[in-house]
Amino acid sequence: MAALPLIQNQVVNLNHWMTLIEFTDLITIAEMTPGPIAINAATFVGNRIAGIPGAIIATIGSILPSCIIVSILAWIYFKYRELAVIQGVLSGLRPTIVALIASAGLSILMLAVWGEGGFSLNPALINFTSVIIFAAALFILRKWKVKPIYIMLGSGLIGGVIYLII
Amino acid sequence: MKNQKNIYIKLFASTFYISAFTFGGGFVIIPLMKKKFVDDLHWIEENEMLNLVAIAQSSPGAVAVNAAILLGYRIKGILGALVTILGTVLPPFITLTVISFFYEAFRDNIVVNAVLKGMQAGIAAVIADVDLNLGANVVKEKDIVAVIIMVGAFIATFFLKINVMYIIIVCGFIGAAKILIQMKKIQKDGDSR
Repeated sequence: MAALPLIQNQVVNLNHWMTLIEFTDLITIAEMTPGPIAINAATFVGNRIAGIPGAIIATIGSILPSCIIVSILAWIYFKYRELAVIQGVLSGLRPTIVALIASAGLSILMLAVWGEGGFSLNPALINFTSVIIFAAALFILRKWKVKPIYIMLGSGLIGGVIYLII
Repeated sequence: MKNQKNIYIKLFASTFYISAFTFGGGFVIIPLMKKKFVDDLHWIEENEMLNLVAIAQSSPGAVAVNAAILLGYRIKGILGALVTILGTVLPPFITLTVISFFYEAFRDNIVVNAVLKGMQAGIAAVIADVDLNLGANVVKEKDIVAVIIMVGAFIATFFLKINVMYIIIVCGFIGAAKILIQMKKIQKDGDSR
């Protein structure tokens, strides 16, 4: 997410590989497809500029810095994780991650129920299909420990049926 | 030999499968990874998984890619990391390469949009399910500092929209301070005997 302005700067402003409108389309597509936005953007732009080889190179370019830096951090972690300080830091970070996941999940739920507009008590603005799918899915997950894949497919199917029929 | 190869194949397949269903942002992959590698395969413990996610979140780049590298390395070394990177990157790569040839039609397709809208609610439920368990485990440890961090971090990021990096730095600091204080206390108790 934070990478988007940077990507826009490179792709639209500096290198003129795409117009702003095309870039906005890209963001929409990237939100609709699986995978992190940065990779989706890289693949898409790379493909536009230089076909499949371009897509490959751009994708590699987008993950290489991560690979290098994370490898270094991983080495530090695996070598020094027994140290009290490291354990302390991580003990502070674990609950943080739980909170961040909650925040991300809640944001997605809000998007599903209220769309771009955000929270509102106005019933007309509430997407009840989303509410029902969410409640049903959560119930099924808690009660029968169904695999997430089935929930995704099922909710997609229900969404397809309901939104297209109504 | 065959058993070794099977693990790499399973690692790749699992990662590929998970990545293919990571709609709605890179972070969504985390609950899916937790369910697969901690709950189903028991290849890693929950706490260690959270450690790796913390490192992944603290590093630049997509969380999904970082987490893949760390998880893969932890499970099966450098080759494991390469396998998981490939598994994570291939689904979006293939999907986008295909779509980029007719992206306007895809973007505006009403069936696609309807299905994705439905999946959005489904994903939220999956995330909620996993996080309820994670949160319950934090509370079970009966560590008041951890609970405060969890609630505080949530308020900071969801309501106050504070940059994640600041939250991570502060919470890491609190964690370190807590352990150092505990160690000092143990030392003091030892000295006074």
